[in-house]
Amino acid sequence: MAEAQLHVRIQEGFQQEVEEEKLLDCMRCGFCLPACPTYLHSNFDETQSPRGRIALMKAVRDGMIPFDDSIEESLDLCLGCRACEPACPAGVEYGSLLESARNVIQREKKQSMTEKVARHGAFKHLFKNQRTMERTTGLIRFYQKSGIQALTRKTGVLSLLPSIMKDMEAILPIIDKSKIKKGHTYESTKKTTKVAFFTGCMMDTIFSQTNQSTVKLLQQLGCDVWVPENQVCCGALQGHSGELDMARENAIQNIEAFLAQDVDYIVNNAGGCGAFLSEYDHLLKDHPALLEKAKAFSEKTIDISTLIEKLGITGRSLKLKNGRQAVITYQDSCHLRNVNRVVDEPREIMQSIDGATYVELPTANQCCGSAGIYNLIHTEMSMRILDSKMEDVKATEAQFLLTSNPGCLLQMKLGIEKAGVSDHMEAMHLVDFLAEYVEVE
Amino acid sequence: MLSPAIIQEFEQLCGKENVQHSSATKLAYSYDATANFQALPDLVVSPRNTEEVSGIVKLCQKHEIPIVPRGSGTNLAAGTTPTKGGVVLLFRHMNHILELDEENLTVTVQPGVITDELHAFVEDKGLFYPPDPSSGKISTLGGNISENSGGLRGLKYGVTKDYVLALEVVLPNGEVIRTGGKLAKDVAGYDLTSLMVGSEGTLGIVTEATLKLVPKPNHNQTLLAVFDSLEKAAETVSAIIAAKIIPATLEFMDQGTIQVVEGYKQIGLPLDAEAILLIEQDGPEEIVASDMATVLTICEEYGAREISKAKNEQEAEDLRRARKDALSCLAQLTPTTMLEDATVPRSEIAPMVREIIRIAEKYDVRIHTFGHAGDGNLHPTAVTDARNEEEMKRVEDAFAEIFETAVNMGGTITGEHGVGEMKSSYLEWKVGPSGLAIMQSIKQAIDPNNMMNPGKMFAKSTRKRVVVHNG
Repeated sequence: MAEAQLHVRIQEGFQQEVEEEKLLDCMRCGFCLPACPTYLHSNFDETQSPRGRIALMKAVRDGMIPFDDSIEESLDLCLGCRACEPACPAGVEYGSLLESARNVIQREKKQSMTEKVARHGAFKHLFKNQRTMERTTGLIRFYQKSGIQALTRKTGVLSLLPSIMKDMEAILPIIDKSKIKKGHTYESTKKTTKVAFFTGCMMDTIFSQTNQSTVKLLQQLGCDVWVPENQVCCGALQGHSGELDMARENAIQNIEAFLAQDVDYIVNNAGGCGAFLSEYDHLLKDHPALLEKAKAFSEKTIDISTLIEKLGITGRSLKLKNGRQAVITYQDSCHLRNVNRVVDEPREIMQSIDGATYVELPTANQCCGSAGIYNLIHTEMSMRILDSKMEDVKATEAQFLLTSNPGCLLQMKLGIEKAGVSDHMEAMHLVDFLAEYVEVE
Repeated sequence: MLSPAIIQEFEQLCGKENVQHSSATKLAYSYDATANFQALPDLVVSPRNTEEVSGIVKLCQKHEIPIVPRGSGTNLAAGTTPTKGGVVLLFRHMNHILELDEENLTVTVQPGVITDELHAFVEDKGLFYPPDPSSGKISTLGGNISENSGGLRGLKYGVTKDYVLALEVVLPNGEVIRTGGKLAKDVAGYDLTSLMVGSEGTLGIVTEATLKLVPKPNHNQTLLAVFDSLEKAAETVSAIIAAKIIPATLEFMDQGTIQVVEGYKQIGLPLDAEAILLIEQDGPEEIVASDMATVLTICEEYGAREISKAKNEQEAEDLRRARKDALSCLAQLTPTTMLEDATVPRSEIAPMVREIIRIAEKYDVRIHTFGHAGDGNLHPTAVTDARNEEEMKRVEDAFAEIFETAVNMGGTITGEHGVGEMKSSYLEWKVGPSGLAIMQSIKQAIDPNNMMNPGKMFAKSTRKRVVVHNG
């Protein structure tokens, strides 16, 4: 009986929140199929494809089939990489459909225990509050140094996540306390542009070095970099997992924090965050009082590679330090590519570095399997995707594998470790690579 | 619903992981790319080899279960929709290129190979497999063979049937036959290869195919001609053919199509043009150059307002892709897109385009037309809303009149999409009562229990002809 009520509640939820017009945009041509990593890595199972998932949402909404576990699994196993969107000539807004459907399911369905604990740990504690994130990463660091597994088991941070976490902790960078001060403006000598810097929660803790490199690079290119004090996590991880209300709270706080000063751009160095920031207007579409501000915020959002390209970095002399020669390749951040459609800018920057030979990774446009916390929840599919990705990476014979998003970066580091090529290949954020290895005149 | 005992028999045969019946999977295989057709299968089975296909067919015979072979589900005539339930048969394990024979210029493939993957594979070796349906980046060769798919290069190179030399087919009784061979000439008995190609899964299941290859043309040139009137564009098509030039591609898009395609692609198509022609020639460099010079002159003579040559392969590919995405782009306009492929002799292109416009006005429906102008294969596409029954009725009536008009001009109800279930009630219009009867008796002889893709090709009754008022 309880089960029957659940599927009815979910159908009603779909009817109210999953827009029929958007579902009908899909005319089932199937052109999205070859772009979908879960379709390809499930050996062409339509159940694990965008066309299949849209049909499932529609069938549940129309009452053609009742919601059940198999449908939930299909929607759950989606990476949310949105590679289907640029592939879709009919312009289906898949990401928005998926988000609404997951929101309904999340709300209506009593979460299973493991998932509940994982989400609780990840969202409520890790991402909601910057200080918790800092403490947690500090713990991971302590775990790394001491090797006392029992401690982390007790704190419940790592042990409730699958075995991948053990692999993960091996590749986590040395975590330093962030040196980027909130509320501060880092001034440049030229002062041609004023930007507000979105620090991101992972970038601000696990990859704090990248943030320092970012600020320095922007200063060098003539930007005054203001770091708004009350900024919080962008809300992407919550939003993609069906916790839209939590995501909205974060969005509202960020909009207030960033619009407090008049800036030319709101810059970020994490593709996943950037995409979500640029869609705040969509997230807050039912909040008329905030919509104008959300639009202003989203319009100013820009990713670091696009901004430094605009600021003329490729017109300067870029060369590898100490006359070094190296092969570099690049793994796209799915959301930077598929949502913000930033494809050429990072490549143009990499191609203009003297001494560096840029080799295109043939599957750069396909998700690496990181996908927020996907690799922690759907480890098997994630590792299948990663292993196949690493075969392509190895074929490029690159010494540096660059990315534009912290999740991708961690996954690439894990991939390099798993593939046993860490002695001659390093994964880095594009900005760190520029800071560490490239002379910018 | 199949009993657990029957499902178990399939599992023993193909492995548990290859027999799916969750509600999500059944739903995911309940449709193809045809609007308004959907039905759940009972079981989705993915055999690993021909023996398993044969075993599945025998099991289905034993338990009287319909079989629907399915490639990637891009069919546009409901040919792969399991409208009578049963087993949907997938070829996701049988997707290997088995042999490239460079001495005989053939390639042997399993049915699940993706069309564009074969293109890339053979072109890498300096060879060419011409059939290129617009869905090629996801369609399978098994699907192409069963539907006798066409594509943009049909005018010069022909369609799938012109490249199928040999087949391995599992018959409805479970027996496996091999037809044809790596032979340019073969007149031993009835041409069963030809019978199977385009039989839409109603006569048997293709499990292996040997395809003919040709040397890859070493040069090509693409141009785009812009016209202020549909008629001028259509007349240009006829004039090019009359000048004894057969372009590799001669494609047409009307204004509505241009506008949505440009909205999605942003490659600089002229939004105010009434029609554009995409013309491509391939072959040895001198011939391509002289053909294209003639084409250019003809376009000018017939009033093209603007002619631009693709500067490089990327620009040419953008233009081809724009045309191939036309249908899906049109889907942006309204909730439902109904695409047809009425085809006329190429000399009738201009009158046919005019008739389509007249018919659309008569029934007050929005129809945009694009298609393979060079071979007379047009794609009038109605943009509508399946939820509006009254409008859907008018769309149906308009298409009926378009089919009737095409047949009267010596054309056909379908050039390349197949009859499927959608056009089954029109088949008799094209082939006549005796033609239909002989087709039905072939079906009856090979598949007496009607378990191979039932409900497709043959309708319970033929649609009443409309009375066409010309002029």
